Amino acid sequence: MKGRKQGAPRQAGVGVWGAPLLSLVILLVFLSLWQAGTAPEAGNQVVNDEYAKLVGSAAATGQKSSLPTPGEVGRKLWEHLNDPFYDKGPNDKGIGIQLAYSIARVALGYLLAALVAIPVGFLIGMSPIVYRALDPFIQVLKPISPLAWMPLALFTLKDSSVSAIFVIFICSMWPMLINTAFGVASVRREWLNVAKTLEVGPLRKAFRVILPAAAPTIMTGMRISIGIAWLVIVAAEMLVGGTGIGYFVWNEWNNLSIANIISGILAIGLVGMLLDLALAKLTKLVTFPE
Amino acid sequence: MTDPFIRIEGIAKRFIERGGAQTTVFEDLHFSVEAGEFVCLIGHSGCGKTTILNVLAGLDEASEGYVFVAGREVKGPSLDRAVIFQSHALMPWLTVMGNIAFAVSSRWADWSRERVRTHCQKYIDLVNLTGAEKKRPAELSGGMKQRVGIARALAIEPKMLLMDEPFSALDALTRGVLQEEVLRICAETKQTVFMITHDVDEAIFLADKIVLMTNGPHAQIAEIVVNTLPRNRTRHDLHKHPHYYRIRNHLIEFLVDRSRAFSATSAATGYDRRSPPLVTPGLNPAEGEGAEKISAERPAAPTLVAVR
Repeated sequence: MKGRKQGAPRQAGVGVWGAPLLSLVILLVFLSLWQAGTAPEAGNQVVNDEYAKLVGSAAATGQKSSLPTPGEVGRKLWEHLNDPFYDKGPNDKGIGIQLAYSIARVALGYLLAALVAIPVGFLIGMSPIVYRALDPFIQVLKPISPLAWMPLALFTLKDSSVSAIFVIFICSMWPMLINTAFGVASVRREWLNVAKTLEVGPLRKAFRVILPAAAPTIMTGMRISIGIAWLVIVAAEMLVGGTGIGYFVWNEWNNLSIANIISGILAIGLVGMLLDLALAKLTKLVTFPE
Repeated sequence: MTDPFIRIEGIAKRFIERGGAQTTVFEDLHFSVEAGEFVCLIGHSGCGKTTILNVLAGLDEASEGYVFVAGREVKGPSLDRAVIFQSHALMPWLTVMGNIAFAVSSRWADWSRERVRTHCQKYIDLVNLTGAEKKRPAELSGGMKQRVGIARALAIEPKMLLMDEPFSALDALTRGVLQEEVLRICAETKQTVFMITHDVDEAIFLADKIVLMTNGPHAQIAEIVVNTLPRNRTRHDLHKHPHYYRIRNHLIEFLVDRSRAFSATSAATGYDRRSPPLVTPGLNPAEGEGAEKISAERPAAPTLVAVR
């Protein structure tokens, strides 16, 4: 009793502010470790100015690590955020443009996959025979790394950009297909019986009973798919090159700009999180409490 | 004699088990339900009660035999036969209004939204759920959910109601209240009702006739008990009626004792599966000495015994 009286208000305070504060502390610890590990030693310049210009300041001062400090990354990030959409030729585009390319590819491949996977999954889920007949194919195709399709896609589609979209299509397909089929197949018997006793037609049954009943499962599949698609696009763009955030990261590796690479990585993480949040919101919309 | 509203002729349900052996859940069932009648089916679990109801609803097929409703053979589900499910079977993504409106617009596809609404509201009011129209099933208590199930079944104005142990998942108080309402609603709308239950008191309170089934496998109808209690019964004075304990004892004695060994002894007593005996234990003061057979006609208003 006494413990609860004293503990309750404090608990509430910890509950609300505890986690964000702890996050902040973890971030600060991480940043300071990073800073400590990468801080330039007050090294003396041992070569002449012209050579220093040629090899870069880090090499010239004999610094231990060429990994940028958090400050440097922060400045780079700030530059990117201030001018995300500049376009200075094929190898120098703003991070916003690159992200837009990637998001567009993911969106296109993902939507195409949804257009195929959800209706097909619906039909598979409705028919136990088709379910069992297609199952071996799905089981074999599902574990194939999407990038393994890349050469085949490049050969058949003959276009690197289309191939990237195809790779997204093929990798987003399986979670949506499997979840839709599963969701449709496991619609509760009693709801189907209600539809039967009400003499509901097949289309009305599909859209008014099965679809809402399976919607949470379908949305879960779509959420898994968008996560995979965003993972895969980076790798795919590193392979096909040209545009996109994956290409950006690879290009900055060729430029040896570690600060830019880290900015790119952060951007990938943030966009991935936003995509997941958006799908989580949508899932919540169609989820019903039992 | 006019054709009864529901006529069940020799239905059976058999399963092929794993290994090829055949199990007969029930076989050669014959009985009928008149229009406006409230019939309860009582039996132990495993005698195929729910299967019989599903066959009547058109959700399941009998392995043998025929079911006729209003002179036509049952070939599948129909809007004329509304089912109230044990698990209420509400769609959790729809509101109370939505659940009932789904049924109503399934029946009358050409009705305007407004007309569907007013129609649903009438039945929501009938089951005393006024004010809960916008609630989702998850926000309702078990009793309220079953009220929605009842409203949904009644709203399509079926020719008959099929109820599969509709109150078995409810607590005793809620069950009593809902039983009274079902009795009131059925009396008001003159519904024909076929209900499955394993609750003897529920059967006596609600039914005009109580069909007794023996234990499965090979379950059969042992007899049909005519409920001679006046139809305007209430839960409060039910047990004061002299017929009440006679009927109750008869039913319990059957369930505890005779339902098990019935098929072994029935052959000797001239039992005919095609017309199971109609018995009136309520009229028989010496209940226990064996039920007396009476004519197949349903007694008119039971005026024989006055209450109190």
